[in-house]
Amino acid sequence: MAIHIVDRRLNPGSKSLENRQRFLRRAKALVQGAVKKSSQSRDIKDVLEGGEVSVPIDGMDEPRFRREGGTRDMVLPGNKKFVEGDILPRPNQSGGRGRGAGEGDSEDTFRFVLSRDEFVDLFLDDLELPDLAKRKLAEVESEGIRRAGYTTSGSPANISVSRTVSRALTRRVALRRPRREVLEALEAELLDCSEERRAELMAEIEAMKTKMRRIPFIDPIDIRYRRFETVPKPVAQAVMFCLMDVSGSMTEHMKDLAKRFYMLLYVFLKRRYRHVEIVFIRHTDRAEEVDEQTFFYGPASGGTLVSSALQAMHDIVRSRFRPADWNIYAAQASDGDNSYADGEVASRLLTDNILPVTQFFAYLEVGQENGLSYEMPNSALWTLYEGLRANGAPLSMRKVNERSEIFPVFHDLFQRRGQQERTGS
Amino acid sequence: MTTTDQLLFEGADWDFRTLQRICDACEQIARDELGLDVYPNQIEVITAEQMLDAYSSVGMPLFYKHWSFGKHFAFQEASYRKGLMGLAYEIVINSSPCISYLMEENTATMQTLVIAHAAFGHNHFFKNNYLFKQWTDADGILDYLEFAKRYVAHCEERHGRLAVEHTLDAAHALMSHGIDRYPGKKSLDLRAEEKRAGRRRAHEESAFNDLWRTVPTGPAKSGAVLDVERRRAMLGLPQENLLYFLEKTAPRLKPWQREILRIVRHIAQYFYPQSQTKVMNEGTATYVHYRIISRLHEQGRLTDGNFLEFLQSHTNVVFQPEFDDPRYSGFNPYALGFAMMQDIERIVTNPEAEDRDWFPDIAGTGDTMGVLRDIWANYRDESFISQFLSPRLMRHFRMFHLHDDPEERAGILVDAIHDERGYRRLRRELARQYDVGFIDANIEVVDVDLAGDRRLMLRHTVVKGAQLSEADTKRVLQHLADLWTYDVSLVEADASGTVLKEYVANPRKIAAVA
Repeated sequence: MAIHIVDRRLNPGSKSLENRQRFLRRAKALVQGAVKKSSQSRDIKDVLEGGEVSVPIDGMDEPRFRREGGTRDMVLPGNKKFVEGDILPRPNQSGGRGRGAGEGDSEDTFRFVLSRDEFVDLFLDDLELPDLAKRKLAEVESEGIRRAGYTTSGSPANISVSRTVSRALTRRVALRRPRREVLEALEAELLDCSEERRAELMAEIEAMKTKMRRIPFIDPIDIRYRRFETVPKPVAQAVMFCLMDVSGSMTEHMKDLAKRFYMLLYVFLKRRYRHVEIVFIRHTDRAEEVDEQTFFYGPASGGTLVSSALQAMHDIVRSRFRPADWNIYAAQASDGDNSYADGEVASRLLTDNILPVTQFFAYLEVGQENGLSYEMPNSALWTLYEGLRANGAPLSMRKVNERSEIFPVFHDLFQRRGQQERTGS
Repeated sequence: MTTTDQLLFEGADWDFRTLQRICDACEQIARDELGLDVYPNQIEVITAEQMLDAYSSVGMPLFYKHWSFGKHFAFQEASYRKGLMGLAYEIVINSSPCISYLMEENTATMQTLVIAHAAFGHNHFFKNNYLFKQWTDADGILDYLEFAKRYVAHCEERHGRLAVEHTLDAAHALMSHGIDRYPGKKSLDLRAEEKRAGRRRAHEESAFNDLWRTVPTGPAKSGAVLDVERRRAMLGLPQENLLYFLEKTAPRLKPWQREILRIVRHIAQYFYPQSQTKVMNEGTATYVHYRIISRLHEQGRLTDGNFLEFLQSHTNVVFQPEFDDPRYSGFNPYALGFAMMQDIERIVTNPEAEDRDWFPDIAGTGDTMGVLRDIWANYRDESFISQFLSPRLMRHFRMFHLHDDPEERAGILVDAIHDERGYRRLRRELARQYDVGFIDANIEVVDVDLAGDRRLMLRHTVVKGAQLSEADTKRVLQHLADLWTYDVSLVEADASGTVLKEYVANPRKIAAVA
């Protein structure tokens, strides 16, 4: 008897992946709730790392007919001192089963580990990227080629032989073109046959030959060419501009809020594009491109000129990120201060140079801790941007005061299409 | 294969040639010395992750997709990662060829143990035990699972994932009551039927006595009673296989839903023998691996070091904690099974006076393997324990029987211990713990209100006062009602017919749409 030994180690693992996904889909509402709740209190970076979540078992259980209570009989090993007829005290009133205790906790909630991807998926599930500017960019996007059926005209290099021959065959059968075998058989018969039959055969052969000449083996109308068409290939890289006011009026709290927003945006973009670059531009009355560390923590002081940052962004786009090759996203965070004279310049820069090339421009106005957004008077920048929006500029803007508001605001900005913010263009 | 004085391997490392040598050596001993009769073996080496995968789909290599398997996987993965749970060394599948999965992390000694245990011990049991022969089709099971997987996937494509999921959820909830417990009557072919009719006629003629005509019969049954009886007979009631009943008679199920119920039912049936033979199955496999590896060591094909490593694993496997030990969680089937097999070996070869009294048929016959093979083929846990648990073993395990009746007295009564007066009672009670008739709740379909609102009526016969847990029962009945698409009622009644509790479930709308 032969024994088969098979090495299965190289087989694709995670056969359960699909089952796992089904399970997550089923538990979606619960898991999403757990994810969002934790995202408010914990650091976003940690939250997005994935990790353990626990969801209530309710709705995910698999019920069976089970029995409980009643008289019980059991045979146990390890008798030490009992003799027949002894009465033992019941261990506990709670069911009396000493070892049931551990099961109790685990039945209420069900803990398991989510991978980072699963976590982010659930986290950002009902959000969608706005594609406001895409239409304008459509014609300059790079193109790819793909097969698209057959055509009656084309270059000889593209002749589809099989298709042509099969069409020719169909036509020959339909028009009853005599087959060569039949003709050969008649000619063979012609070699030895009686005289009267001979004339008959000759006529028949002649008729056949004429018909064969009339109906060609391959006709130009049979010929088919493979057809190709060009399809626009979506641009698979994105750049994200983080603009932030770092003048003295911005507190640590405000910077923290902005940072959280940028992180969410980064995670979100990362999911859609293969390659995401980040450009940090901070500004006071001058703007400069800096690295992340300086951006968030570097000291700076001075007045506030928003247009400087916009100008810097415009310059960078022109020199490094061709709008045809890059999806450009920008998020600006500020406490709303701006020098009065700057409004005109900033709005011209935005409408003429920046908004036409960006997919999305969000403005986040960060406020004081414990401040209530609806009680704040509209700031200079807010008034300016709102004016632009009223004139139809595709801007998204929100006010945020609390850490816990970041996710809802983000969520709000990127809600599925057709809900808001799209009326702009 | 003939050189027996050569070491199979040294140290812990192994490769595929080593595995082949181990298999050949085990096979030689299993066949020639133990007389085992096994399905062809297929041994597959897998990783820990694949083992986890296999765990979550009830150990089968292929299975249809369902979220509950994903849930088990997530749960097991979490506890495995935390180190709460170790993985089994192997999984073996009752199929032909018999597939055993070995973990790649095992040492060479462990692989030998696992091969002897699964590929020969379990394999022999699967092939020869009457329950497996009666209820499972080892040749067909892998093909059937393949079919089931494709069919369910196909249904999801045609009818939507959600509809299929609902049906599967419901079917899974009823899975434990989707089993035929008795082999069905084989329908006779025409010739056999004719023969039987002929025999019956001949018997009637030979036993004719005109006096029978004058014997009074009972009171004539009223029309209404006859109607009920006729209806019940036509529906095949009472019926304890709920899934079968639904598949055949539920009024508004789609054909594909019936097929899915059938698939779940077939799979439940396939696992039915395994739940009845845990002690025997593990006992057989453990006894076989112990014999094979001891023999390998005697032949000098295993070093002393490796043999000690084996003994350590073996001892862990057959460890039985006592009832007051925190590790105690019922009888360990490996421990009990192995102890009983060894005890039988002792009774057959070297019996004492007590054994001759208790087991006159096998005591001292000398043919250990003959006796064991016969037992492995013809018993299940319940009958095995009730016939072969010896007083000596009861003393060894220091067994005692507790009787806990809250209504009778405040404490728990020690009803029997391992002494002369207690042996038989102990043995009976322990055997009863393994009796499927007592393990599963006895729930039957008793009637359908065909003339009225088509209500499906179920009855749970309460044994020893153990009623169904309410929350679970409501959910299961909800699933049942969704499949039946009319109301379903469940009555819990004790042996005297007193109704203890009644449940009613109304179907939800989804099922009708699905």
